[in-house]
Amino acid sequence: MKKEVIALLLAGGQGSRLGVLTKNLAKPAVLYGGKYRIIDFSLSNCINSGIETVGILTQYQPLKLNSHIGIGKPWDLDRRSGGVTILSPYLKGEAGEWYKGTANAVYQNINYVDKYSPSRIAVLSGDHVYKMDYSEMLEFHTRNNAQATISVIEVPYAEASRYGIMNATEEGRIYEFEEKPKNPKSNLASMGVYIFDWEVLKEYLVKDNDKNDSDHDFGKNIIPAMLADGKSMWAYRFSGYWKDVGTVQAYWESNMDLISRVPDFNLYDPAWKTYTPNPVKPAHYIGPEGSVKKSIVAEGCLIYGTVKNSVIFPGVYVDRGVTVEDSILMSDCVVGENARIRRSIIGEKAVIGKGAAIGEGDNIPNEIKPDVYNSGITVVGERAKVPDGAVLGKNVMVDMGAGHEDFCSLCVPSGKSVLKGGVCE
Amino acid sequence: MKNMMGLIMTGGKNNRLKELSTIRSISAIPVGGKYRAIDFVLSSMVNSGITNVGVITQYSFRSLMDHLGSGKEWDLDRRYGGLYIFPPLLSEDGSGWYRGTADAMHSNLTYLKRSNEEYVLIAQGNCVYKMIFDEMLQYHFGKDADITIAYREMYDFQPDELSLMGQIEVDGEGRIRDFQEKPLHFFSRKGSMGVYIIGKKLLISLLEECEAHGDYDFVKDVIIKKLNTLRIYGYRFEGYWRNISTVQMYYRCNMEMLDPQVQYKLFREKGKVFTKVKDEAPAKYNDEAEVRNSIVADGCIIEGIVENSVLFRGVVVQKGAVVRNSIVMQGSVLEENASLHYSILDKNVTITRGKNLKGESNWPVIVGKNMVV
Repeated sequence: MKKEVIALLLAGGQGSRLGVLTKNLAKPAVLYGGKYRIIDFSLSNCINSGIETVGILTQYQPLKLNSHIGIGKPWDLDRRSGGVTILSPYLKGEAGEWYKGTANAVYQNINYVDKYSPSRIAVLSGDHVYKMDYSEMLEFHTRNNAQATISVIEVPYAEASRYGIMNATEEGRIYEFEEKPKNPKSNLASMGVYIFDWEVLKEYLVKDNDKNDSDHDFGKNIIPAMLADGKSMWAYRFSGYWKDVGTVQAYWESNMDLISRVPDFNLYDPAWKTYTPNPVKPAHYIGPEGSVKKSIVAEGCLIYGTVKNSVIFPGVYVDRGVTVEDSILMSDCVVGENARIRRSIIGEKAVIGKGAAIGEGDNIPNEIKPDVYNSGITVVGERAKVPDGAVLGKNVMVDMGAGHEDFCSLCVPSGKSVLKGGVCE
Repeated sequence: MKNMMGLIMTGGKNNRLKELSTIRSISAIPVGGKYRAIDFVLSSMVNSGITNVGVITQYSFRSLMDHLGSGKEWDLDRRYGGLYIFPPLLSEDGSGWYRGTADAMHSNLTYLKRSNEEYVLIAQGNCVYKMIFDEMLQYHFGKDADITIAYREMYDFQPDELSLMGQIEVDGEGRIRDFQEKPLHFFSRKGSMGVYIIGKKLLISLLEECEAHGDYDFVKDVIIKKLNTLRIYGYRFEGYWRNISTVQMYYRCNMEMLDPQVQYKLFREKGKVFTKVKDEAPAKYNDEAEVRNSIVADGCIIEGIVENSVLFRGVVVQKGAVVRNSIVMQGSVLEENASLHYSILDKNVTITRGKNLKGESNWPVIVGKNMVV
């Protein structure tokens, strides 16, 4: 059955700079904003833009992502024709192979796309937080007789060297592309959102696959090759909230953006809802001594303590005398009596013991992974158990599933880590 | 439990709920921040493994049908069985409205006959409780009963509330010796919960007999008349149970949900309570929010004071607004400095800037759907 446009969502990224948060799940599956997973934004964009055929390319730790997406019901993507399809790497003939890059991932699924023989294809990154109407971008693509359209957003010049930068004419025609340039000539950064004429893209994917020296990457290989051949390529300017929540700090900040009085990123817009599987839980309850200020709180929570400047996911239990500040508490975690949590991320189903204090002391980067935990945010992994009375510093990492026996001492100073089955110094 | 089907009666007309039931069936009345009354019995059935459920509706059933849909929220969108909704059949000979509970079931005999289950569980849609029906069915078998009726010691009900339900007397064996429907004079604390288990064949023959005599009511014309000829047993239920039959009971039931023990009994033990979901973002609290002892649903935005209250989805409490001891349904808005005491706001009500509403704990003020005060 022919479709005018279909979408491929790249959801295989590990997101290694999110540390323990992506230890057993891919970056698009990371929890975000009090009830969502990051991929919900791209998926909701698809359905809100009228794209109802979506292939999701997974590779790294797909279990949670697969069960989250299921048959696509929450997004109305359970369709007789089209709908959502999870595309994981598979065996072909004798040999199987992993997706070797973003372009190779799409190359390996040419058959899936051809089944719908679309004239256009949207290639989307599944690990960004944003709301975008792809149908407007498609109209821009058609209006300009483009063969490829790349969505761009203005970033501060100081940060431009971290992105793929498009140099384009006033009307938007791209004449040069630079990947992470030292001296950027423009501040139009690629958002990882592309629309291609499918026949044109297919030709380049096949060509690229034959090159042994290629990274098989859209930004590094496909876009430059098309540009070199003088294809009609256009930059579609997007203005609005768009965040690559790729680091612990960016992730934390972006969640905190949601609690400001009038957030830049509005989740309460009835005309553009963000969909996700809803937990089967009662409305949340704030106890007689509880207090919640400048926070968002999801269903099924029981709050008997004080919560300020925080994002609380479904089913969290905050006991009496607890103070939670500037933190993210993920689904079903339990915070024991009189505990104190500051500037921390507590993973799903983690248990914080009575009287524990988390996020205390000086800002010393983590010793094992200084490039991941360096912004003063302490991260407690999924299902970890922090003992009663423990004191954890800043930039501390507690491993997924770490138990009381993994704590060598009740005092974990800033910059240290608690590893599962780890040896004490 | 594959051998038992469910039938939910959603009740006749009731003026004791005032404005709350003029636009909706009582079974569709919103409770506890995100549920409707029928969710509790429907979830209890599903949690007990019942997968074939008929819902018999009478008055104002549009909201109920909208809520239940295809039954997918309860996992009742099935190839076999699943959820059936039976509004009154307006056929050419004008049979029309159901004349009573027995008549309502008799009108849907085809459904009963076509189903494969041997036993039928009949229950009411306006009661808030959690029950595992397997245990009651085992009791039914153990007593070799013809009909088993669930009852409860209604120690926590007022005499005038008791007079709105069926009262029963059981002997040492558990057999029901007397049953009086809505008696004028109090005679027993044992109140019928309106939950019955009965063999399907027996039910069909009783309904046919009842119809042939020109009678319509399942309790008065079937159960009470057969007390001596059939083996009718009482099954004692010990747990939280409320029937939403008056404004006072509706208000009380919602307020009781603020009690963590009641919350535990209703939502955290004996399976989950399922309901239609609405894809709202989590509730948002701004700096000025002061919320204590309250239930708050998704999509609310709170900048005022909320105490001892139940807020449904998408309620907005603006700066300086005060909500105390009140129930505020979906989408209602309290503008700046408005205040609410002992009040019930139906859906999409707006209390404009600075306005005050005050009821009494035994007589809360009710504001009807879509009103602007």
